Amino acid sequence: MSRIDRRFAALKSAGRTGLIPFVTAGDPAPEHHVALMHALVDAGADLIELGVPFSDPMADGPVIQHASERAIAKGVGLADVLAWVAAFRQRDNETPIVLMGYLNPVEIHGYERFANEAVVAGADGVLLVDCPLEEAAVLEPLRKAGLQQILLAAPTTAPARMAALCEAADGFLYYVSFAGITGAGRLSTQDIAARVADIRSHANAPVAVGFGVKDAQSAKAIAGFADAVVIGSALVERLEGATTAQDIAARVQGFLGPIRAALDAP
Amino acid sequence: MPTIQDFQNWPDAHGRFGDFGGQFVAETLMAPLAELTEAYLSLRENPEFLAELDRDLTHYVGRPSPIYHAERLSRHVGGARILLKREDLNHTGAHKINNTIGQALVAKRMGKPRVIAETGAGQHGVATATVAARFGLKCVVYMGAVDIERQKINVYRMKLLGAEVVPVTSGSKTLKDALNEAMRDWVTNVADTFYIIGTVAGPHPYPMMVRDFNAIVGREARAQMLEQYGRLPDVLTACVGGGSNAIGLFHAFLNDSSVRMVGAEAAGEGIATGHHAASLAAGRPGVLHGNRTYVLCDDNGQITETHSVSAGLDYPGVGPEHAFLKDAGRAEYVGVTDDEALEAFHLLARTEGILAALESSHAVAQAMKLARELPKDGIVLCNLSGRGDKDVHTIAAREGVQV
Repeated sequence: MSRIDRRFAALKSAGRTGLIPFVTAGDPAPEHHVALMHALVDAGADLIELGVPFSDPMADGPVIQHASERAIAKGVGLADVLAWVAAFRQRDNETPIVLMGYLNPVEIHGYERFANEAVVAGADGVLLVDCPLEEAAVLEPLRKAGLQQILLAAPTTAPARMAALCEAADGFLYYVSFAGITGAGRLSTQDIAARVADIRSHANAPVAVGFGVKDAQSAKAIAGFADAVVIGSALVERLEGATTAQDIAARVQGFLGPIRAALDAP
Repeated sequence: MPTIQDFQNWPDAHGRFGDFGGQFVAETLMAPLAELTEAYLSLRENPEFLAELDRDLTHYVGRPSPIYHAERLSRHVGGARILLKREDLNHTGAHKINNTIGQALVAKRMGKPRVIAETGAGQHGVATATVAARFGLKCVVYMGAVDIERQKINVYRMKLLGAEVVPVTSGSKTLKDALNEAMRDWVTNVADTFYIIGTVAGPHPYPMMVRDFNAIVGREARAQMLEQYGRLPDVLTACVGGGSNAIGLFHAFLNDSSVRMVGAEAAGEGIATGHHAASLAAGRPGVLHGNRTYVLCDDNGQITETHSVSAGLDYPGVGPEHAFLKDAGRAEYVGVTDDEALEAFHLLARTEGILAALESSHAVAQAMKLARELPKDGIVLCNLSGRGDKDVHTIAAREGVQV
């Protein structure tokens, strides 16, 4: 059983909703990135989504675009990201890590080379935003090496496609809660609840909901019907400008702490 | 699946040109792309739609455009005859309108009241604003903040035509970032919005659809050649940024194995300097803007900033069909530097009385090189994709002239 599968099984048996923070690798401070990852876990993260910076993040809003630009300006590349995962694993061998990003850095690195290095480093899955199911054949070397491919589903996904996604879902299925880019502010809880309930009844994997979740209240609203909640832009925004490990840890705790508490409240 | 010898039958059902093309987009775009693909595949066979398109191409755009024997230029070069396909004579002054008029008609048929576009130099933005006005569609154009500064006249032109121009301040603040931003708008507003992409890039069906709308260039030219010269040209040449005017000229000739094809990419200050936009001549296969194609990027996969004197060629990717034609050996792609393009610009102006766009001047420079290699009775057919009025300020500034 993979780390991701073990983690979701444990959440299920404990009756808890998973908390999945997203951070852009190398932002706000490359030298404290491993400390940031541990701080996320200390503040209650069940799984970490680690964004691999890309120059042309088509599906991301301004907050994550700028985080990506900051990281690239500091020279952060795929090799750094994998090195941080490996360093994180020295102290934490349980928290699953999903590398999230776009295809080109992986394509240029080489699919087999990436797959082997990511597994050795201790990554568990990939979420490649611009690689939908139809193009996923290129990821075969990743699957062979043991990396789970996390798929996205969206409100615009047609029923036949949704069935295919549910069938192919591995690790967890990431439901994008509205048609838009990351960090936008629209969320109709009732709509999401209905769609997610339907997906959960069909999917071969747990369902995480993200895009637009920004605080304890919006997270709690989703917790009622999702297996996990993903929080990205709001966290990245909160971290911007932090320069010391203490400050980063304090901001993570200050932001994720109330969300964790809200998710765990009866 | 089409066989590799039949070059006109691509892409396949998945939008792939061999290893290139496809739909590398976020899940949220898969539904709108499916909707568009379905609508377009049916419209391209619909006689009423095609007749409507044809009427506008004739009476609004001013087609057919002539092929013109540039005799004085040819004589000056001292080789084969250079013929120019005069896309500069179209309404709005470039081939771009062949595509925007087609896509606006698709938008209208799909019941989308709002169109969006990305633009670099502003030519595609102007062509989109033009057809939006023509069909009564709301129009928003995304343009990099750097480009807005460089192309004030075109920005004003778009506003005169009723379009809203939105500055893009992310990334390098140029064309590629404008494309990202337009894509984000589309993801957010798919219900009422049609995205008019300006070149043969982007996810399927765009490379196919934009090619189809520009393929009239080659269809006309091929018929004109047979009618006026009783033969096909020896070689075709066109400039390649995204590659829409080049594929437009090439496509009708792809199965004519006697016709050689050479795309002229922007070599900027020279490929060795790194300041260029020659994705095919100097890039590598990668994934950008929804398709697999040749891209300019570093070893971390980050897309690199490009340089060309002509904003319209300043793009780090290229249409996937060109990537396919390159790897299949059916077309060649070479670099033409800023200086070579400017030299061709001046020579064409002085010998033929034609101010070519800086983009098209790359093709003219390449046509001159090709003409020198051929005997006097040979024919080089060059796509003069746009007129140069828009570039007068750029050229003056570069040459230290106050206008």
